[in-house]
Amino acid sequence: MKQFLIFVKKEWLHIWRDKRTLFILIWMPVIQILLYGFALTNEVKNSRIVIFDQAKDEASRSISNEISASRYFSLYKTVNSYDEIEATFRQGKIRLAVVFPRGFRNDLLHTNHAQVQLIADSSDPNTASMLSNYAAAIINDYQQSLNDNQQLPYTIKIQVRMLYNPELKGAYNFVPGVMALVLMLVCTMMTAIAIVKEKEIGTMEVILVSPLKPFRIIIAKTVPYLMVSMLNIISIMLISVFALDVPITGSVWLLMAESILFTITSLSVGILISNTAKTQQTAMFTAMMSLFLPTLLFSGFLFPVENMPIPLQVISNVVPSRWYFIIVKAVMIKGLGFAAIWKETLILVGMTATLLGISIYKFKIRL
Amino acid sequence: METEKVIRAKELTKKFGAFTAVDNISFEVAKGEIFGFLGANGAGKTTAMRMLCGLSLPTSGTASVAGFDVYKESEAIKKNIGYMSQKFSLYEDLTVTENISFYAGIYGLNDRQIKEKTSQLLAQLHLVGEEKSLVRSLPLGWKQKLAFSIAIVHDPAIVFLDEPTGGVDPIARREFWSMIYAASARGITIFVTTHYMDEAEYCDRVSIMVDGRIDALDSPMNLMKEFEVNSMDDVFLQLARNAQRIEG
Repeated sequence: MKQFLIFVKKEWLHIWRDKRTLFILIWMPVIQILLYGFALTNEVKNSRIVIFDQAKDEASRSISNEISASRYFSLYKTVNSYDEIEATFRQGKIRLAVVFPRGFRNDLLHTNHAQVQLIADSSDPNTASMLSNYAAAIINDYQQSLNDNQQLPYTIKIQVRMLYNPELKGAYNFVPGVMALVLMLVCTMMTAIAIVKEKEIGTMEVILVSPLKPFRIIIAKTVPYLMVSMLNIISIMLISVFALDVPITGSVWLLMAESILFTITSLSVGILISNTAKTQQTAMFTAMMSLFLPTLLFSGFLFPVENMPIPLQVISNVVPSRWYFIIVKAVMIKGLGFAAIWKETLILVGMTATLLGISIYKFKIRL
Repeated sequence: METEKVIRAKELTKKFGAFTAVDNISFEVAKGEIFGFLGANGAGKTTAMRMLCGLSLPTSGTASVAGFDVYKESEAIKKNIGYMSQKFSLYEDLTVTENISFYAGIYGLNDRQIKEKTSQLLAQLHLVGEEKSLVRSLPLGWKQKLAFSIAIVHDPAIVFLDEPTGGVDPIARREFWSMIYAASARGITIFVTTHYMDEAEYCDRVSIMVDGRIDALDSPMNLMKEFEVNSMDDVFLQLARNAQRIEG
């Protein structure tokens, strides 16, 4: 046990001496989460629009006001011709144009056939459909407010409730995503590099000839990174609660416990990589290719897994971060307890046991 | 004359599939002896040494190191040997003292012993005043001497040196060899592989491996007599010329 602690202490010294890496390890999650939180958001806020109001009546003006006042849109300018709309689109100044035809209110009240045209820049299809939906919703609201006064006999009122995330904040999705990414990066890449580094400089040989058990060596090398990741988890949670207003709805302790589990999964992947990689660069690239990209693509963090072709969905099942992502969302955002995530937890435990088993077995053989 | 044997190998063989890396080698090394283990690259030196260090199991044959069996008692062997690799194997981002106490610590020395050893080594190596410097900043010759001192910090019965003088200048090499003699005088057996034939002449006895076999084993003097040449270089060349395996 004393030898073990000596090893852990030595490992700490490595991390401590390498201030630049330490700095990156500690600040990367903070910066990443702030970036995703404030810069790289896919929420729509204050998108610039133009309004071409040929009617200039009470109805068109009310709708225009509603749209301009909403937090999704800001009125870039009012225009007077289709050509002008086209020109502004071409300049890339706006995302959406709203066109009211002549006699809009008259059509609305008397012919029951009023039209509004929404023209969206769908070179970015998601944003385009989001914007047109928002605008359509505002127009519908206006229509319903008219109906309230008139009491039409048959109407369906749609009530939408956005569960767990009523304000549709992107942060609710990316905080769990960034947690998965960061933990994996720190644990997998750093352990893989740390072990391979000892092979490169030749100290691994000497340690292996020493009475230290290989299993202990591996564990001792991972402990410091486990601690750094704990620090990362805490800092991510603090930022998400206090800076991004994403509350931890469920149990903090459950979240912590699951995160530790996922950390151990990532550590075992790191050890596995270090068994095969001969140089630090190889270790880094393998970690990147085998975990970073799959996490980005297959965890459901950026792209919903349900929409992927079946083969890709099958592949996504073996990506550990996919399950961790589900767990974090369930506990942190939905406030669910262990009963809701025991299956995912079991999968992670299974993966960890398998990976750890393989890497320790292989580690022994290589010596 | 019956001296205590610390390494006994009998018909030791290691096969990797169809390839026989070490072919039926037998030798004994006495306590305090400086035993040179020579051979071209790929002759099987490293594989033989790994078996003796308890890192890999022989395919057949028997061997004991420091009185312990390589098959069953590799843990005990590991406690009683030291090892220095050709890369010197120090942590460049740790200080001199940290390196010493780390290696002393993993061999189970207690804090008091570590302290004693550290001040003793610093004095011996003239490193007093440098104890807080990172190993990175030391000249290669000093690193080499430090690495050797660390390899024997736990007073092992045997120390294995794997090409320990690569890349250092002749003066540093000479100083290094005087450290080896001092260790041998203290009763530590030295098992050294080397490429430098002038160093082979410093050894009490040398063995020369060719294609996994030991083709010659005697004192440098006797070998030169037997092969009727004037230097170990020529002994080596005569033997190596017959080698079948050519490998980098």
